[in-house]
Amino acid sequence: MIIAERKPLEDIKQMIAQYKKILLVGCGTCVTVCWAGGEKEVGILASQLRLAFRRDGGELETLEATVERQCEKEMVEELKDKIQQVEAVLSLGCGAGVQTIADRFEETPVYPALNTKFVGMPEREGLWIENCGACGDCFLDRTGGICPIVRCAKGLLNGPCGGTNKGKCEVDPEKDCAWTLIYRRLEKQGRLDLMRKYYPPRNFQAVVRPGKIEAQRV
Amino acid sequence: MARSFKETLNSGKFVVTAEVAPPKGTNLKKTVEHIDLLKERVDALNVTDNQSSVMRFPSLGTTVLIKECGGEPILQMTCRDRNRMALQSDLLFAYTRGIRNVLCLTGDHITVGDHKEARAVFDLDSVQLLHLVRTMESGKDFSGNDLDGGVEFCAGAVVTPEADPIEPQLIKFDKKVQAGAGFFQTQAVYDMDNFKRFMEYAHQVDRNIKILAGMVLLASAGAARYMNEQVPGVFVPQDLIDELRSAPKGTALRKGIEITGRLIRQIKEEAICDGVHIMAIGREEVVPDIMVAAGL
Repeated sequence: MIIAERKPLEDIKQMIAQYKKILLVGCGTCVTVCWAGGEKEVGILASQLRLAFRRDGGELETLEATVERQCEKEMVEELKDKIQQVEAVLSLGCGAGVQTIADRFEETPVYPALNTKFVGMPEREGLWIENCGACGDCFLDRTGGICPIVRCAKGLLNGPCGGTNKGKCEVDPEKDCAWTLIYRRLEKQGRLDLMRKYYPPRNFQAVVRPGKIEAQRV
Repeated sequence: MARSFKETLNSGKFVVTAEVAPPKGTNLKKTVEHIDLLKERVDALNVTDNQSSVMRFPSLGTTVLIKECGGEPILQMTCRDRNRMALQSDLLFAYTRGIRNVLCLTGDHITVGDHKEARAVFDLDSVQLLHLVRTMESGKDFSGNDLDGGVEFCAGAVVTPEADPIEPQLIKFDKKVQAGAGFFQTQAVYDMDNFKRFMEYAHQVDRNIKILAGMVLLASAGAARYMNEQVPGVFVPQDLIDELRSAPKGTALRKGIEITGRLIRQIKEEAICDGVHIMAIGREEVVPDIMVAAGL
């Protein structure tokens, strides 16, 4: 799923400083699961902003809404009535959600309350880690199901660099060296021959940015 | 220097290279002094490429300077700052300026340096860069297009004999040999028993592979401890740290020179590997002293 993190309150406040009435929109999917932009976070941010405005001698009126999937045109349609009542929208969706609302309601400024970080998974409660770089050319068959493109800080395809240190990464000693993990997994599976193969450089045409996929119906 | 680095490597002579670090800025005075001091004493001068991810005068420009001064340069190329197109262009230019040696490295990560917010490139890794060099030598670019005028390089790579765990490092070493690395420069080694074990493996991979042991000058006991704690893949044995600590005040550097000289002498006398690469890290002016201490 998509992992996002809320921007600092001060940054959000400055973004919307010129408005008197805004709509905060959460999303019921990924960002709800990663505690960044669900119904609950919408409520908290709305009251924090109202308080902050008041502290500065101002006044902010907030409306709240949370749609099931903010990245779908049909689902943001339900915001229509509320958007007509406000000057701006503050989206607590991922970047795709922000743009879906901005495209559907072109006359209303839409602001991002979150920073969209990565495609990841929960490691334990409250901790999410990136494990897919959405590179468009999945390499996991060669690495025992551990992605070196995103879990190795340098995205190396042919083994560890000289910065690997007792199984950890030079960039962050808390982080595991992806290539040590890959080595151990392949060794366990008796598949180290995969690591001995040469892999040519990545094909960055696998996803021509911006990405686009037209699926064939089956 | 009459002999090319490739000829030196194949001559059977004990090879000595040294490292030159380009300046942060355009003041090349000290760099030129180091080049002039060392060019006749060592077999080749190896130039770092934005070392430790700190932006500096380019490796390419410094190798041209060495060439102009009459030395034999080794161009270090990392994959951190340039994609495959820029790496190829630089290699074409290097070749036209008489640069014939290239050391292919992945490069430190951006975040350890002084431009932490920059985008790290890593379009290629070190093994792929070696393949790129060999592909260009076949008269084609890395996309298969014909080159009008080719290149020929003595290409080398690096290896970390003290890496822990060592097995993934050895697999990568093997891949670099397969990719056409003609010589290896190692990360700093201090424990000769460990290094001999690594050399046994290296010779299993390729009997004739040329290996230059990395010799980083230890200027104090504190520096040695720093290497152990902060530099991945480096192990300084306790007895060397004690030896540095026991040196009378103001003589630790002299002790470090003596230790480096002694290690080089041992490597040469016992023919542990084919030569050494001396990294004095900011104290290039003492490289001749190290060589004297080594009996070179």
